[in-house]
Amino acid sequence: MTDPVRTQGLHYAFSDHVAVAELDLALHPGEVFGLLGPNGAGKTTTIRVITTLLPAPPGVVTVAGLDVARHRRQVRRLLGYVPQQLSADASLSGRENVALFARLFDVPRRERADAVDSVLDAMGLTEAADRTASTYSGGMVRRLELAQALVSAPQVLVLDEPTVGLDPVARSGVWDRIHEVRRETGMTVLVTTHAMEEAELHCDRVALLHRGRKRAEGTPTELMDALGPDATLDDVFRHHTGDTLTQSGQEGSMRDVRTARRTARRVG
Amino acid sequence: MSVLPAAPPAASVERFSPVGEVALLVRRMGAMCLVELQKLRHDRTELVTRTVQPALWLAVFGTTFSRIHAIPTGSTPYLDFLAPGILAQSALFIAIFYGIQVIWERDAGVLAKLLVTPTPRTALVTAKAFAAGIRALVQAVVVVVIALLLGVGFTANPFKLLGAAAVVVLGSAFFCCLSITLAGVVLSRDRLMGIGQAITMPLFFASNALYPVDLMPGWLQVINKVNPLSYEVDALRGLLIGTPARLGLDAVVLVVAAAVMISVASALLPRLARG
Ligand SMILES: Nc1ncnc2c1ncn2[C@@H]1O[C@H](COP(=O)(O)OP(=O)(O)OP(=O)(O)O)[C@@H](O)[C@H]1O
Ligand SMILES: [Mg+2]
Repeated sequence: MTDPVRTQGLHYAFSDHVAVAELDLALHPGEVFGLLGPNGAGKTTTIRVITTLLPAPPGVVTVAGLDVARHRRQVRRLLGYVPQQLSADASLSGRENVALFARLFDVPRRERADAVDSVLDAMGLTEAADRTASTYSGGMVRRLELAQALVSAPQVLVLDEPTVGLDPVARSGVWDRIHEVRRETGMTVLVTTHAMEEAELHCDRVALLHRGRKRAEGTPTELMDALGPDATLDDVFRHHTGDTLTQSGQEGSMRDVRTARRTARRVG
Repeated sequence: MSVLPAAPPAASVERFSPVGEVALLVRRMGAMCLVELQKLRHDRTELVTRTVQPALWLAVFGTTFSRIHAIPTGSTPYLDFLAPGILAQSALFIAIFYGIQVIWERDAGVLAKLLVTPTPRTALVTAKAFAAGIRALVQAVVVVVIALLLGVGFTANPFKLLGAAAVVVLGSAFFCCLSITLAGVVLSRDRLMGIGQAITMPLFFASNALYPVDLMPGWLQVINKVNPLSYEVDALRGLLIGTPARLGLDAVVLVVAAAVMISVASALLPRLARG
């Protein structure tokens, strides 16, 4: 079976600033794959190339065997994408938000209402469905975005830091939904995070990025065992990134602060 | 838990067909226009606040200048002459706002999400352009009602009204895409707000919205000739008030201008998304 997502020697630079270098990834069907790394590691850039938002040369990135450089539109049909920012439209109701994406993915008219209802239900939003998203909590907005991404029944769900800024209850709410959906549909999930305890709990395999390069890859257990008994994934992270969280974030810090602020403004 | 839609079978490569592309474009336009109307339904305050300015132009400027006969408009009362101009102006102000909206959508991740749907960029921009047209049209209905209350003698011919609606939509599509194009050039909301303010008033004053072309100084007449707003106003006047208008020319200019601007804005959209 073809890999749901595959990159070979992926390289991406913003003018002369290299964001991702020599990256090889191969996701297995049906797994939750975690892309880990400190701020500015290149996680979002990698995801933007895979989702066709940034250009890739032919032969470097495939989704379900389709080259993203050559079959952009078909690739998009197979993807469900939730960006790092909270991106639901606050001036529309939950149901309208999801229905828009059902239309944009050409879910047939006869099935549309049912598809929208069932994803809203699966995300625990049935009761809130007809309120505008401006009244939603951060956790609800995230679940709404999952509903938007899932209504087209994607083969690969791509989530950029799905739990950032959420409280512990909202976090586990989001993860529970992700696992339920995966159990039921068998879709592959590609997720980024810099929360190591989440990666340990929820990811089947992870790759650790630092300054655009892959530093380690494997199951969380493999990575921890390799470092020695009692090692946590946090230790693995520190071992491979070599320095503290704050130092490694320097390059990306300005942008990241801006993004965080925008997110805060939207949630607020 | 309810049953989720199952993933489709393995990817098949879509075949390109012109008919399929047009059908897709129409579906996307429908989806975006619907969202625009839903937003209006949830928040009607904007509809009201955006009515204040055209209402003032008509009620204060229009009635005063009508009374003192300061601007010679032949047998047409000045208020009647002015009303189509104000209609076009209110549509212009709405459409020019769309570039700012697109930048906001980029910052909020909404644009990225839209771009990761199977929607060609041109379809996305065209859909936005027509969504702006729909919003402008809803606003136009309000302005028409105000004008009628002030005694403007609009046509009751349904075909002419439909024609006027099409003109408003085309004009809005052009200015919406002009605004998205500028957004794609300057990339930041603050700069675009500045530019938006700097160009909307000149576009309005360098058009035939307020006064007949013959009254303009020569240089202004030249600008007026390349200003799509003037063609929009000319067509609206011809259709709604019945003044002599070059409807054929107006229609051609508006269609071509909108088509060109949609292409330019579509070409700049990826730059905007990356920025
Ligand atoms: N549009 C851009 N223009 C210029 N540089 C960029 C741009 N986007 C990202 N970068 C840079 O590329 C590098 C990788 O950024 P990226 O957003 O992929 O990191 P990340 O791992 O997602 O970080 P975070 O955890 O903060 O989201 C960073 O150094 C960042 O500053
Ligand atoms: Mg990121």
